[in-house]
Amino acid sequence: TAQIALQPALKFNGGGHINHTIFWTNLSPNGGGEPKGELLDAIKRDFGSFDKFKEKLTAVSAGVQGSGWGWLGFNKDQGRLQIVACPNQDPLQGTTGLIPLLGIDVWEHAYYLQYKNVRPDYLKAIWNVINWENVSERYMACKK
Amino acid sequence: MLCRAACRKLVPALGSLGSRQKHSLPDLQYDYGALEPYINAQIMQLHHSKHHAAYVNNLNVTEEKYQEALAKGDVTAQIALQPALKFNGGGHINHTIFWTNLSPNGGGEPKGELLDAIKRDFGSFDKFKEKLTAVSAGVQGSGWGWLGFNKDQGRLQIVACPNQDPLQGTTGLIPLLGIDVWEHAYYLQYKNVRPDYLKAIWNVINWENVSERYMACKK
Repeated sequence: TAQIALQPALKFNGGGHINHTIFWTNLSPNGGGEPKGELLDAIKRDFGSFDKFKEKLTAVSAGVQGSGWGWLGFNKDQGRLQIVACPNQDPLQGTTGLIPLLGIDVWEHAYYLQYKNVRPDYLKAIWNVINWENVSERYMACKK
Repeated sequence: MLCRAACRKLVPALGSLGSRQKHSLPDLQYDYGALEPYINAQIMQLHHSKHHAAYVNNLNVTEEKYQEALAKGDVTAQIALQPALKFNGGGHINHTIFWTNLSPNGGGEPKGELLDAIKRDFGSFDKFKEKLTAVSAGVQGSGWGWLGFNKDQGRLQIVACPNQDPLQGTTGLIPLLGIDVWEHAYYLQYKNVRPDYLKAIWNVINWENVSERYMACKK
């Protein structure tokens, strides 16, 4: 019973640790632009184009009702990229099985001091610091 | 068709299907800066004129789409709209209550029957205050802490609701006092230190309003 009572705190704090650890590596002062190579190929294959992918991840992240994250993940079973949102600190892999590649934190604390209620402005800006090298590394590591 | 006939019966005052009163943003009974230093003016202004306003606008848009889906008998579309209805409808309900729960002349302790009920159901006002604070602090993510009235059992209860889930719609409890713990409710002033916000807010709780709500539902 006590184990089960502790599960929410494990998911919340464990997920928070997992998510933010990934997030810091997904960002870089030298980031921005577009990915290259196999990741870009996969993005074009699974979303049509980089712009359509960017649009979709932005929309999914903007649409989170409450606290949560937008994710680009890899579906190992189907061998394809997927975009999903997770609520609160629910970790992508632990709750959906998708391998996390790129996460966008849309908890208000991630942007409020600078962008106030205007989450879309934060979502526009963050693309300038996405570390595509890191996202590609993660992709190459899991698509084996 | 069920829809048209039912709607004419249910809303005889309104004309054709689709014409209904839109929801609107209620005015605050005090200035944005009136709750300082406990909740600052910048927060109040953004919270009311941006966040609550967005819930109202989006609720109206969603209800219009819902009316269309009803008219077409498109149950799939109706169900697809439910999250937006709960989110924006709940957001509008919750904040409308919240603004009345706060007052520049607030603080202190309740009196009369509400205080009696608090003592009866929580042991003392301090224990009640401790519990509502703890429940509000413990919300993981966005949500609200609530003092509600359980009509079936005739007693007060403290619960948390996630996101903008409205208390009555999701639990049946009648909302008396709500504490918004979405980060937008405190972050500009208190940053990540939600407990400091929760300590401060007790200074602006409008016990007259909470008592009115209690007296209205305990009948």
